[in-house]
Amino acid sequence: MDYFYLTTSLVKIVALLAVVLGIMNYTVYAERRISALIQDRLGPNRVGPFGLFQPIADAAKFLLKEDFTPGHVNKFYYWLAPCLAMIPAITTLAVVPFGSSLFGVPMVIADINVGVLFVFAIASLGVYGIVIAGWSSNSKYPFLGGVRSSSQMISYELSLGLAVIPVFLLIGQLRLTEVVSYQIEHGWMIAPFVGDWTNLRKWLLAIPMLISFVVFTIAIFAETNRLPFDLPEAETELVGGYHTEYGSMKFGLFFLGEYVAMITGSAIIVTLFLGGWHFPGIPDGSQGWSWGLVNIFVFFSKVAVLLFVFIWVRWTLPRFRYDQLMRLGWVFFFEIALVNIFIAAIILAYFPA
Amino acid sequence: MAITVSRPKLNWRERAYLPAILSGMAITIKHFRNMLFGRTKVTMQYPEEKWDNQMPEHYRGAPALVRDDTGRVRCVACQLCEFICPPRAIKIIPGEFAAGDRFAKVEKFPQEFDIDMIRCIYCGLCEEVCPEQAIYLRKDYAITGFTRADMVHNKEKLLEIGGVMHGVVLKWNEKK
Amino acid sequence: MSDQVSAPPQMVNVQINGVWHEFPKGTRVIEACEKAGSYVPRYCYHKKLSSPGNCRMCLIEMGLPKMGPDRKPELGPDGKPLINWMPRPQISCAQDVSEGMGVRTDSPLAVECRKGVMEFLLINHPLDCPICDQAGECRLQEFSVEYGSAESRFLENKVKKPKNIELGPRVTLDDERCILCSRCIRFCQEVAQDDVLGFVDRGSHSVLTAHPGKRLENNYSLNTVDICPVGALTSSDFRFQMRVWFLKETKSFCTSCATGCNTIIGTREDVIYRQTPRENDAVNSCWMCDYGRLNFGYLQSEKRLLQPEILSGDKLIPAEWSVAITHAAVQLKHFSGWEIAILASGRMTNEELWLTSQLAKTLGVESIDIVPRHGPADNILLSADRNPNTNGARLLGVTSQPGARLPEIVQGVASGRIKALVALGENPIEIGLTVAQITALPAFIAMNILANDSTPAATALLPSFGFAEKRGSMINGKGRLQRLNRAVRGPGQARDDWEILRDLIQACSGRNGIYSIEDVFRQMSESVPQFAGLSLSKIGDLGVQILENAGSPA
Repeated sequence: MDYFYLTTSLVKIVALLAVVLGIMNYTVYAERRISALIQDRLGPNRVGPFGLFQPIADAAKFLLKEDFTPGHVNKFYYWLAPCLAMIPAITTLAVVPFGSSLFGVPMVIADINVGVLFVFAIASLGVYGIVIAGWSSNSKYPFLGGVRSSSQMISYELSLGLAVIPVFLLIGQLRLTEVVSYQIEHGWMIAPFVGDWTNLRKWLLAIPMLISFVVFTIAIFAETNRLPFDLPEAETELVGGYHTEYGSMKFGLFFLGEYVAMITGSAIIVTLFLGGWHFPGIPDGSQGWSWGLVNIFVFFSKVAVLLFVFIWVRWTLPRFRYDQLMRLGWVFFFEIALVNIFIAAIILAYFPA
Repeated sequence: MAITVSRPKLNWRERAYLPAILSGMAITIKHFRNMLFGRTKVTMQYPEEKWDNQMPEHYRGAPALVRDDTGRVRCVACQLCEFICPPRAIKIIPGEFAAGDRFAKVEKFPQEFDIDMIRCIYCGLCEEVCPEQAIYLRKDYAITGFTRADMVHNKEKLLEIGGVMHGVVLKWNEKK
Repeated sequence: MSDQVSAPPQMVNVQINGVWHEFPKGTRVIEACEKAGSYVPRYCYHKKLSSPGNCRMCLIEMGLPKMGPDRKPELGPDGKPLINWMPRPQISCAQDVSEGMGVRTDSPLAVECRKGVMEFLLINHPLDCPICDQAGECRLQEFSVEYGSAESRFLENKVKKPKNIELGPRVTLDDERCILCSRCIRFCQEVAQDDVLGFVDRGSHSVLTAHPGKRLENNYSLNTVDICPVGALTSSDFRFQMRVWFLKETKSFCTSCATGCNTIIGTREDVIYRQTPRENDAVNSCWMCDYGRLNFGYLQSEKRLLQPEILSGDKLIPAEWSVAITHAAVQLKHFSGWEIAILASGRMTNEELWLTSQLAKTLGVESIDIVPRHGPADNILLSADRNPNTNGARLLGVTSQPGARLPEIVQGVASGRIKALVALGENPIEIGLTVAQITALPAFIAMNILANDSTPAATALLPSFGFAEKRGSMINGKGRLQRLNRAVRGPGQARDDWEILRDLIQACSGRNGIYSIEDVFRQMSESVPQFAGLSLSKIGDLGVQILENAGSPA
C-alpha cells in the first residue's frame, strides 16, 4: 500500500507539474495573442504554425541570456527571491483535486483535511518572494514595488480568507475533495439551478455564495498582482517594480511565477465555486478510466476559461491608484466579506438542511 | 490661481463601477471577436506583403549621393550635411581635383563620404541643406548588415543607391 | 610701461543715431560708431592699416554743426548743437570725429546705399560658397545676409578671371572671388615691408596679382589670408582641409620663438587644422609669422612617442606609467647629485621648469641648463631667441645664462663623471654628445614628444605633451606672462609633462601635495616674487607683464 501510494503520488506530481508548466507557457502565449486581438493586432504568429512554438523560443531566450547579478545587491536574498516567487504557487496545487479518479487512484496529490488552510498558508509565502526581491535589489524602484506588494497582499488576504468562510459554514469541512463532492451532490456553489433546483434554501444560499465568489475572485486578482492590481510592478511608475534589477532566467521565474499563481488561483476558484472537475451529465472516474480523463479535461477547461477572464480583464481595465486600492480592500471588500458571513450563517441557522 | 475641477456627482450605480467595468469588457471582447473572425484587418504581414509600390513621393528612405547627366558626382564636399546631421552620421573627407581633370573647375569633391546607417535617423535635413542637389533620400528602407562596418555606407554604396538624377541645375557647367 | 600716463586726450561730442557720445579726438568715425553700438560694415578698412576708402561699404549719413551768423553752433531746444546734414552719404572709415558731428548709420539713405554697394560687389562674385574655404567666416556672406537683398537682378555673364593661382609658396589666389578691397596690398606695403601685390587692368576686369617675377613669399604672407574679407586668398596649407564651422577655437599663443604671438588654435576631434593670430596690442597686434603659424604639424607626426618604455636587458620594452616612473626614480636615486645632469628646455612651461628645479634640488643636481636656440630675427615679430620661455627658465633658476653649463655637461659625460642624464624635451646630440656616449651612460632618462636619434639609447622613455595639448604659462622675450590652453588631447599614452615631473619627484622624495597644475602655480607663486598674487586663471587671455626690464635676449 505504501509503495503504491508513493508511486502513484510521484506519477501524479510529475504529470501535474508537466501539465501546469505547459499550461503556464501557453498562458503566456495566450496572453500575448489575446491582448493583440483585443487591440486589433495579430500578436506572435511567426514561430511555428500560428506562432505556437513561441513559448519555446521565449524559454530558450530566457535560458540563453546572460545571467547577470548587479554588484550592489544582497546576493543571497537576490538569488533566493525568484525561487520564493515560484515555489509557493506550485506547491499550493498539491491539495487541489484536479480530477475524480483514474484506475481508482484519486486525482489529488495530497487530500489533506486542512486543504484550504494549507492553500492560504502556502500562498501567503508568495509575498516573501516579492518583498525580498524588492529589498535585496538595493534600489529605489524595486524597493517601492516590494513595499507596495506586501501591503497589498496583506490587505487582500483578509478578504480572501473571509470570503471562503460561508462555503465552509455550509459544508462543515476544510477538505477540498469534500467541497467538490458537496457540489456534485447539491449543485455548484454559484449555480443553484444545477441539481434539485426547487430547493429554496439553495437559492437563498446562492446569494452569499455569489458575493463570496466575486470577492474571492477579485482578491485572487490582487494576490496574483494582475491588472488592475499590478501596482508592485507598475512599469509606468516603477520601471519594473520588484524585478527591475532582475534579468535572464531569474526574471523568467518571476514572470512565470505570476502565471503559475494565476493557474493556481483559477484552480482554487474552480474547486470552491465552480464545481471542480464536475460537469452535469458526465460521470466520474469510477465509471471507467476514459471518464476519469474527461473529468480532468473538464477541470482544466474551467481553469482555462478563468485564465481567459484574467487576461481579458487585464487588457480592459486600467491600474488602480494606490489609495483606491487600499480603500477598496479595507473599506469595501473586508466589510462585504464580513457581512456576507453573517448572511450565510443566518440563512443556515433559519433553514437547516 | 489654482483651478478647482468640479467632480461629477455619481449615483450609486455609477459608484459601484461594476456596470462600467462590464461595458468596458464588452467593448474589448467585441474587438477580440472581430479580430478572431477576421472582420478587422489592420496589420500588414510585412516581409510577405510590402508597400513598396504605394510608397508616397515624399517617402524618406536611405540618403544617397547622385550623379548628374554629365556623370559628375554632384557633391562638392561642402560638408553642410555633416554639420546639419542631428545624429552626426555623416563623415566627409574632401579632396581636390587634379589640374587636368575633366571637372577641375569644380575644384572640390568628396574623397570619402560615409553615412553611418546605424546613426542615421532619416530626417532628410541633409537633403534639405544641400546647396548642390547632391544628396537625396531614396526609397530604400530595409538597410541591414551583419556588422557595424556593414552598416556604414561609403561613397560607392551611396552612389549605387543614388544613381543618376535628371533635371537638376547644372550650375558648374555655366558661368556661375 | 603701463604707468606712463600721457595727457588725457581731448574729447569731442558726436551724435550717433540721435544719441550724443564722447570720443577722444582722432577716433575714426567707423570706430566711434562701433563703440556706440552700431557696427558699420566694411571691407577695405582694417584698423591696423591705412584707409583707402575704396570699398564704399561703410557709407553713412554725416553732418556738421549748423553755424549761426556768429560762427557759433546753433543750439536746439535740448541745448545740443543742431546738425547740418550733408546731402550725399560719406564713407566713415576715412574721417575722424569732430566736435558736434552727427552720424546716422541706419537712416533710409545709408541702408539703401549699403544695399546698392552689396549688389555691385556681387555682380562678378561667383556663387561657389559650397567649395569656398572662406564660407562661414566670409564678410561678403555675412553682410549680404544682413545688408544685401535676397535676389539677384544680374542676368549677364560674369567676368572670367584667373583661378587657383599660386601667389606664393603658402598662399593661393582666386581672382574671381576678389572684391578688390586692397587690404592684402596695404598689408604687404605697411606691415610686411614687402611690396609685391597690386591691381592690374581696369574696371570689371581688375585683378589682384603679384609683381611680375616676384612671389608673395615673405614670412608674413598668411596674414593676407586672415585679413582677406572673402575667399580670394586662401592658405595652401589649410585649403579644403576642413570647413571653418567645425573648428573648435582655443585661445593660446605661439611657442616658436620668444615673441609668443597670441593665437587661436582651430581643432576638430583632436586634430589641429590651423593656427590664426589673435589680437593683442602688447605682443603681436593682429599678425603672426608664417613660420610660427605652420609650426604645429609635428604634433601629428608619425614620430610621436606614444608609450612609456623602459630598458630591459638591451631592449626598450613598453611599460606602465607607474613602472616607468619608478624605474627612472630608482636609477636616479642610485647616483649622487654631482653624477647627474639635467638637460631642461626653453620650450617648457614655467610650471614644468619649476618642477624641474624642484627635481634638481631633490637630487642635489648642479649640472642643469637649457639648450639655447637662435635664428635670424626680423624687425617685425620673429625673435632671434627661438625658445619661447628663456625668461621663465632664467627666473625659475634653471639657467642663468642659457647654454653656459652645456660644455661642462658634455665634458662630464665624456670624462665619465656624469653617469645619469635627464633630457627633458631636448636631444643631447644637439649639444655635442654622440650616440655612443649616450648609450654608454648607465642612466639616460628621456622625456620628449618626438623620437630622435638619442631616444633609442634611453633607459627610461617618457612620452609627453606638445604645446597645444597642455595648460601652462610662459614668459615671452619682453617679460609678459602668457597662458597656454589645451586645444587637443594628447595622443596614445603620452602624459602631461608636469604630471610626469611631479610623479618623478614623488618617486624620489615622497608626496608633495601637488594634484593639479593650479597647485604647481600656487607653489611657484609662493616662492617666486614675480608670480606673487597670480594664478593661471588670473593671467587671462592677453597675459600679464611681470618682468619690467627684460630685453629680448641675444
